[in-house]
Amino acid sequence: MKSRTVIAVVAALLLSACAVAPGKVDDPFEPANRAMYAINKPIDDHVMRPIAQAYVDYVPKLVRQGVSNVFGNIDDLFSGINGLLQNKPEKAGNDFGRVLVNMWGLGGLIDIATDLGIPKGNEDFGQTFGYWGIPQGPYLFVLLWGPTTVRDGAGSLVRIWYGPVGYIPYVPLRNVIYGIGAVDLRAGALGTSSLIDQASLDPYTFVRRAYLQKREYDVYDGEPPKAKEEE
Amino acid sequence: MMIREKFRGIGLALIVLAAVPLAAALASRPAFAQEAPDAVVKRVSGEVLQLIRTDPKLQAGDPQRIREMVETKLLPNFDFERMTALAMGRNWQKATSEQQKILVDQFRTLLVRTYSGALSQYRDQQMEYKPLRAEPAATDLTVRTEVIRSGQNPVQIDYGLTKTPTGWKAYDVIVGGVSLVTNYRDEFNEQIKNGGVDGLIKTLTDKNNRGAAGKS
Repeated sequence: MKSRTVIAVVAALLLSACAVAPGKVDDPFEPANRAMYAINKPIDDHVMRPIAQAYVDYVPKLVRQGVSNVFGNIDDLFSGINGLLQNKPEKAGNDFGRVLVNMWGLGGLIDIATDLGIPKGNEDFGQTFGYWGIPQGPYLFVLLWGPTTVRDGAGSLVRIWYGPVGYIPYVPLRNVIYGIGAVDLRAGALGTSSLIDQASLDPYTFVRRAYLQKREYDVYDGEPPKAKEEE
Repeated sequence: MMIREKFRGIGLALIVLAAVPLAAALASRPAFAQEAPDAVVKRVSGEVLQLIRTDPKLQAGDPQRIREMVETKLLPNFDFERMTALAMGRNWQKATSEQQKILVDQFRTLLVRTYSGALSQYRDQQMEYKPLRAEPAATDLTVRTEVIRSGQNPVQIDYGLTKTPTGWKAYDVIVGGVSLVTNYRDEFNEQIKNGGVDGLIKTLTDKNNRGAAGKS
């Protein structure tokens, strides 16, 4: 069981050998990624997005907020763990504090911690690997998942593997929860897809650069080293 | 005794308080004084947010009205030539001045359309302005702001500003770490690699024409 995690981490570690200068794009699998992107787009347009839109249109906001809060509570737990792994005890303290406080809000259904003004962290394993000096590695576009990199993907695997939902023994229930989580995520990004279509000359390139920039920014907590103006 | 002292303190405070705005007013009077960079961002975003909140046509997403507002309120505060040059990188020098002119024009059109489309999503938002960290003599700096949305994590929006003879102008917008100029640099590079500067011009123009046709 744990061997999968170990493999992922080892894979990420190996990548530190092939560092790429900041500002450059590391996309050796571009043809395969583009193919994935091309397959993903109609699936998103005709299945994922309509489902997310229906969810927003027909499920009351209070319920949706509750769903987001419960998943957010799990995120906070992992943000805290990653805060510790990145030697940021104060941030980790906030995140664990949020989890403890929100346990009183019906297991996370009500986000009391935000009302109390405890800031929400956003640390994850991908950022921890980055903090440890592991480069992003090749860019990947994964079907039904979206943009990631080898490093971030490894982080996501660790996260899914250890996530509390994974411990639910009844598989159908577990899958339903994963499904709701996916809809919740997609619903949060409904405005994004039309914006990308409108703004980009080539959506694939646009998404790739935006993702890589965002992750760089996250790893450095909003203070990334200034990339040298190219040429 | 104690009371008198207190009153004297208050009197002094009043004089100082009265003097400060006066001094500030005097300082800002000279015709050639430029508006500070963070003040530009604050004023423009304040004006735009105010309009979005109060104008029913804007709230309804009336495209004509939105474009009007973008053109009168936002555009004068942007340096599109610098923005285009930065997004082009070293290819900028390869373009003739004629091509450069078209590129700036088309890029501006694309951004205005994108921005106008996204604008209707901004409504009940609050902006917070971070203190400016820059040398007094700087001619290029970043103004940092944060957009607070209820129930969600705040989004950091930074503006890259450059000093021009007609005041500070924005040449980059960085939303949650994603720089607009950096994002378009990849796009432009790719187009130029495939079809040269003319190829990029064609792609931009086609996209804008399609957008214009789709709108009407």
